[in-house]
Amino acid sequence: MTLPLSDLTAVLPELIIVAAACLVLGLDPITPASRKDWLAWLSLVSLAVCAGVTSSQMHLRVSAFSDLVLLDPYACFWKLLLYLASGLTILMSLAYLRTERIHLGEYYGFILLSLCGMMIMVSATDLLTIYLGIELMSLSLYVLAGFKRFEARSLEAAAKYFVLGAFSSGILLYGISLLFGVAGSTRLAAIAAAVGSRGLDDPALVVALILLVVGFGFKIAVVPFHMWTPDVYEGAPTSVTAFMAVASKAASFGAFLRVFLEGLGGLKANWYGLFLVVCVATMVLGNVVAIVQTNIKRMLAYSSIAHAGYALIGVVVAGQTEAEGAVRTLGVSSVMLYLAVYAFMTLGAFAVVAMLRKGGLEGDEIEDFTGLAKRQPLAAFLMLVFMVSLAGIPPTAGFIGKFYLFMAAVKAGLTWLAVVAVLFAAVSAYYYLRVVMVMYMRDPEPVEGPLPRLAMSPAMTIVLASTLAGVILLGLYPNPLVSVTTYAVLSLK
Amino acid sequence: MSDPTIQTTGFPWLTAVVFLPLAGAVMLFFVKESLVRWTALVVALADLGLSLPLWLLFDPSTPRMQFTERVSWIASPSINYSIGIDGISLPLLLLTTFLTPLCVLASWKAIEARIREFMATMLIMETAMLGVFVALDLVLFYVFWEAMLIPMYLIIGVWGGPNRLYAAMKFFLYTLVGSVLLLIAILVVFFHGGQTFDMLLLSRVGYSPTVQNWVFWAFFVAFAVKVPMFPFHTWLPDAHVEAPTAGSVFLASVLLKMGAYGFLRLTLPMLPDATETFTPIMVALSLIAILYGAYMALAQADLKKLIAYSSVSHMGFVTLGIFALNAQGIEGAVLQMVNHGITTGALFLCVGAIYERTHSRMIADNAGLARPMPRFATVLVIFALSSLGLPGTNSFVGEFLVLVGTFLWSQAAAAIAALGVILAAVYLLWMVQRVAFGLPDGHNTERLRDLNLREMATFVPLVVLVFWIGLFPNPVLTAMHASVNNLIEHVDLEEVSLTVPNP
Repeated sequence: MTLPLSDLTAVLPELIIVAAACLVLGLDPITPASRKDWLAWLSLVSLAVCAGVTSSQMHLRVSAFSDLVLLDPYACFWKLLLYLASGLTILMSLAYLRTERIHLGEYYGFILLSLCGMMIMVSATDLLTIYLGIELMSLSLYVLAGFKRFEARSLEAAAKYFVLGAFSSGILLYGISLLFGVAGSTRLAAIAAAVGSRGLDDPALVVALILLVVGFGFKIAVVPFHMWTPDVYEGAPTSVTAFMAVASKAASFGAFLRVFLEGLGGLKANWYGLFLVVCVATMVLGNVVAIVQTNIKRMLAYSSIAHAGYALIGVVVAGQTEAEGAVRTLGVSSVMLYLAVYAFMTLGAFAVVAMLRKGGLEGDEIEDFTGLAKRQPLAAFLMLVFMVSLAGIPPTAGFIGKFYLFMAAVKAGLTWLAVVAVLFAAVSAYYYLRVVMVMYMRDPEPVEGPLPRLAMSPAMTIVLASTLAGVILLGLYPNPLVSVTTYAVLSLK
Repeated sequence: MSDPTIQTTGFPWLTAVVFLPLAGAVMLFFVKESLVRWTALVVALADLGLSLPLWLLFDPSTPRMQFTERVSWIASPSINYSIGIDGISLPLLLLTTFLTPLCVLASWKAIEARIREFMATMLIMETAMLGVFVALDLVLFYVFWEAMLIPMYLIIGVWGGPNRLYAAMKFFLYTLVGSVLLLIAILVVFFHGGQTFDMLLLSRVGYSPTVQNWVFWAFFVAFAVKVPMFPFHTWLPDAHVEAPTAGSVFLASVLLKMGAYGFLRLTLPMLPDATETFTPIMVALSLIAILYGAYMALAQADLKKLIAYSSVSHMGFVTLGIFALNAQGIEGAVLQMVNHGITTGALFLCVGAIYERTHSRMIADNAGLARPMPRFATVLVIFALSSLGLPGTNSFVGEFLVLVGTFLWSQAAAAIAALGVILAAVYLLWMVQRVAFGLPDGHNTERLRDLNLREMATFVPLVVLVFWIGLFPNPVLTAMHASVNNLIEHVDLEEVSLTVPNP
């Protein structure tokens, strides 16, 4: 069997990332401990090359490996977002890993492998290929979550994540196999054809649908499949938490939208109600439980659950039975826009948390932020901007993201859903603003000796500057992002 | 219908006025600590100077939007950076630029910690407030509207009094919950009004009664919290008591106007039928606010709380005037918005001056200030008389117009509102009697120094305005005639012949 060259160009970025990952893992043993940074820079170079390749492929629509993967603008959008998230994660890891004394080369290798899994997820048009992507992503993430191997919390996180993740993968696989039984294929197009003509007449189809919802629900961490999130986010190294919260969520949404809109679009009427319930429950529970958290990483974990709930609004809109083209486009593009915006503000917030670790502070409890505005005005200001953006207050990007989601909901006639969402967004302002309050309005405990200095690494400066710029600029001028998402969504059938 | 805006090319006056303070705020981080106060003052004065030509060049003969600028901001959906002013927004815009330098002066000594951040926050606040008054695009309006929250939250929470955390959070959550529904209402209007966010275009759409009613209540919650109307007023006394002086002045003088301005700019033009339907409820709530605020003010021992409750009462007059839905009522309301900004702002400055000296805001601790501080006592008396609406002062004109407007709508309502004027006289004169002329009662107020030059510089312009508007209100009223008439015509109600009493 020969592979046509076009198939290889379609997966060129994936190939580059795999090669880079192998190179990093291979070079790691011969890299002196003080020079592990080089591996990080090597990974970043591979990401930059991929970003160039993917940007140039943005206008293509190539189906490769007999319809297993599809290179289209939709996949390219997610890939670019994933490169961005991975790149910022790697940059933020440099100083953080050194502080935690876990600066090992394979960290970067696993990030790249995980990224490769995510890229497969967003470009695959075959359920088994998607599953392979999910597994590649998840297995790498399990290792990364337990990377602080001297710390019980981190190991607990890894074990929990592994057990629940494996469980949910199993459920997903079961669903896929049932679907194969019904449709006779795992290709999304074939499934769409088979399902579209039959409706929900087959009990196997009902079970398959439910299992897929459960499986993907775990991956995007929505209620009631969110239980693993707070523990894993809290225990994992902060940079890994950021990576999971942003990249893995984005990739899962990318695959999820394709599977449900393209493959199971014929069953819209059946899954629409399910997601509506899940969406409301996720917004309510995520926001309400976040209020009582005292650990900033747990708080951000619940906030990420809540944000997945907001993003689901777009899915619900797209899945509305009577939604015609324009409404559906708006629904899907608002999900993509939201996750892009969410990437900037969440990575920024986690970067500040990771940076405080460098300052010799524990940095994990919200109380540790007390009086930060006096000690570290810049760090406090950055956190202020990210919190305000997460709360969705203009003129930050968080507002723009919510604006488009709410617009989609109102356009689809789901005004009540938008009202629920804004009310819980107002609730969320309470816990985000509490961080601001602690930083700005409480005086720091008198510290003996000199204040711990924040050793800002140049890499961390890049992370903070780019996330800050993203949050502010996308808030003030979202046009480029809006047109990219609108362009990318159109290819989705 | 002709184009509702006057296209102007050339210098973008409004943009300059709106964003100069923001640029100044950024600049503050690059000047020496010792120059921060002066820089902030120069920026605030420059902005005032920049805004004066708007008044001179303003054409009062037309209700159309003037000094308009329009640049596409977001392509899809079409959201424009579209700004302009008419006779209703002009006075409020000038009020804002006028008060900011005074707030800077008032914070000169009162704020010691993190002065750089404080002045920057104030200037950012000014940009957001001016933005609300000039925005002609609903999304732009909302962005400025919400952008005000964070600076004000910080002003109260960082530089406020002992209970500032509670007050700041309460302020923030109240106003946020109020305004998030505004966002949804804006989106609903967008889809029912032909997919545009242009306020002027949206005002020409006839919405179905159902849409009007729902949107009316969503707007109502947002605006009523800001005004604040009874029963959404409970955040106000807390916020005022804890906020630093300049924060209180901004809050009372400008922030509270946002709600009333929202009614005038959005509710009345876009939802005329719903407005008519719910007018009795609005009038009733206004009357309750007038009486309840005044009644509560009577019972206060804390000067700031007293003035805060008096604000509730006075803003009741403003909403009463608006919902009287005739030219007198609305002109009175707009004028009263300006008056309240001047007079109540000044009263808060008075309390600030007292607090800087005695570190107490209690009436009992500050008795008999007329002897050691004659200049201060004079100023206090002037503003108290202005606040209670003595003929010859600014508030008289405004309240009179509001009462005339209300009288045309319902004589009983006017009679009840007039009770509020009487109560105002009671609590204000009683306060003045105790603070200025009371017995010191064991508190050593004998050696307090009188107002210095800086403080006089903050009070004198306000005193001038009190009498100027009180004696010659026509310049202000003329500016708004055309716009108010247009609004009334638009709401499509019986037009009452316009007579401006000239006291």
